[in-house]
Amino acid sequence: MNRLIVSPSPHDENYTKTSTIMLNVIIALMPALIVGCVYFGLRSLLLTAVCVASCVLFEFLARKLMKRENTISDLSAVVTGIILAMNLPPTLPLWMAVIGSFFAIVVVKQLFGGIGQNFANPAITGRIVLMVSFPAAMTHWTAPFTHEVLDGVSGATPLPLAGTDKALSYLDLFLGKSGGCLGETCALALLIGGLYLAARRIISLAAPLSFIGSLFILTWISGGDPVYQILAGGVFLGAFFMATDYATTPISTKGKIIFGLGCGIFTFVIRKFGSYPEGVSFSILLMNVLTPYIEQLTRTKVLGAKEAEKNE
Amino acid sequence: MKKLNGIKLKHRKNTENSATVELPVPAIVRIPMSMHMGAPCTPLVKVGDTVKVGQKIGESDAAFSVPVHSSVSGTVKALSDYRNAMGNVCKAVEIETDGKQEVSEEVKPPVVTDKESFIKAVRESGSCGLGGAGFPTHIKMNPKSDIDTLIINGAEWEPYIAADYREMLEHPDDIIGGINLVKDMLGIRQAKLAIEANKPEAIKNFNEMAAKDDSIDIITLPSSYPQGAEKVIIYNSTGRIVNEGTLPADAGVIVMHVSTVALLYRYCKDGMQVTTRRMTVDGNAVGEPKNVLAPIGTSFREVMEFCKTDIDALKKVIAGGPMMGMSVPDIDMPVVKTSNALLAFRSYDERKTSSCIRCGRCVNVCPLGLMPAEIDKAYRIKDIDDLKKLKVTLCMNCGSCTYVCPANRKLAETNQLAKALIPRK
Repeated sequence: MNRLIVSPSPHDENYTKTSTIMLNVIIALMPALIVGCVYFGLRSLLLTAVCVASCVLFEFLARKLMKRENTISDLSAVVTGIILAMNLPPTLPLWMAVIGSFFAIVVVKQLFGGIGQNFANPAITGRIVLMVSFPAAMTHWTAPFTHEVLDGVSGATPLPLAGTDKALSYLDLFLGKSGGCLGETCALALLIGGLYLAARRIISLAAPLSFIGSLFILTWISGGDPVYQILAGGVFLGAFFMATDYATTPISTKGKIIFGLGCGIFTFVIRKFGSYPEGVSFSILLMNVLTPYIEQLTRTKVLGAKEAEKNE
Repeated sequence: MKKLNGIKLKHRKNTENSATVELPVPAIVRIPMSMHMGAPCTPLVKVGDTVKVGQKIGESDAAFSVPVHSSVSGTVKALSDYRNAMGNVCKAVEIETDGKQEVSEEVKPPVVTDKESFIKAVRESGSCGLGGAGFPTHIKMNPKSDIDTLIINGAEWEPYIAADYREMLEHPDDIIGGINLVKDMLGIRQAKLAIEANKPEAIKNFNEMAAKDDSIDIITLPSSYPQGAEKVIIYNSTGRIVNEGTLPADAGVIVMHVSTVALLYRYCKDGMQVTTRRMTVDGNAVGEPKNVLAPIGTSFREVMEFCKTDIDALKKVIAGGPMMGMSVPDIDMPVVKTSNALLAFRSYDERKTSSCIRCGRCVNVCPLGLMPAEIDKAYRIKDIDDLKKLKVTLCMNCGSCTYVCPANRKLAETNQLAKALIPRK
């Protein structure tokens, strides 16, 4: 007889691993990615491939350099790569995408301790760094199918067109037939992915619903077009795939709702009063930073627990 | 009423339809002097003494203790040191059996007239919480607060285990009799027999039996783990919350296990103490999974061989269920009063632990509403104040958090380690 294995209970486990979760997120991202590639051409696929490859490579190198166990097999770097690519204009020079990947993986994720430890969403921070560093390239949009370059100054993505007579129809917005980032335009595809994740119990819909809901209501109260505001821009991508990131959003449902509300409010404020046409990334980043505080305030109530004693 | 969190487990009750089989009396039994919570007993016999079934062989002066009786007839061979799965050492009486199973003259029905004589009889029966914790029953029977509800735990919440279910099917009269006995003796108005929904046959039987009796309610517990944990079963059957630092009795309830009440009933009827144990033997190394009735002190090896277990291939043996059971370092350990199952596995993959991804699954499954991920973090930096605020001391180690963790972090274990950091008042 071999020596028996002795370990603490429980001796059973369910077989959802970190990589299973990441794989499901990748599957959920596929509809939007495929739509993006169909609309904006094979250049989008190339851009995504570069982002994924560089994210995985940077993760590998960073772990190697830090003499830590390698974690590329948990697939989280692949997810970051895909989400980053989906947040970039399809025409972005590839070397810029590599810089974005470097920032996302090395600076935001690995320098803070790797998976689960990052204070902000790596993909969103990567996008913001690129947007601040290369504003022209980051707002160089092309039209779906024709790939004709859209004039960035007069505003060619749907958001600046809101309320003008060039505004797109709701159906076009829902199907994503507009200029914009590679994976953000098609609300339908993102919705399918988000619902898939919710059905697989990978994400909770608390944050996406409160995000989209609060933006809708605020726009409505302020006299804007609420349907247009939630369908245009990166709201669906942000709400379903970035406001649900495990590491950078609160754990409790109450916390998730607060997080989503915050995102909705900041997005509304930036879009309405800010100088940027789009506020989704900034709002999520801001809420990421607030997450530890939300977390402290929304701890669960333990069954039968005494109130914390004073002067303790 | 808020629903408590829980997890869906595969029930794997492979032996639920196999009637209990009596294990042949082994050549040697080894009976530990401590099979209960509380002070260990001192052996009352010497090497060379002959003993009979039901003879008291261990006793303690301490009130918080339970006497030990011989499960066989034969000759005392040795008084050895025994280390249990918790790592505690006590004496064990080794008896070479003669196979006659002669019953001791000490075995006679106790005279029970009032509460006091009943509690004395309960102690003499050698009974302790047969669900697994081994809390002395006579202590539980004597609470300081007023009790209005007796909850009988028939949840049998762990996968594989079907021993209580067999008890419920095979001896329903003993259970109902035991419930009435305890109820009458302690003057408790209402009894609630709580059974998990995955045992419909038992629920149906008891509903028929108790149909005319208003003082016994049959409660169907939802089929989610953990139902049998004391706080959970109290909440789910009465809606009461056992507050931090108080006992179930302070909430007006006593929780007893189905097998314990059935045993008390039988003891009061014919005087036989706790000398055998009904247990489920299962797991993928077991050729013929069964429910067996084993004499206390039989070695696990003997029980496993009886069930055609592939001893050479064993990788992991668990005394108890897969969620809260103890993994056994040595298969020559004896069956004790609290052994409700013996699970033997030929394969066990130890997955690697990786970083917490903060998915929150552990928080969403904790029946008590603890935050294991936060406790894990606080434990790593030894933040005792935060551990206190996170109420880690309330963790009952049901293991749900570890079970669901995608990073395979040993959260339940960490909770137990964290508890040790908090100074006791």
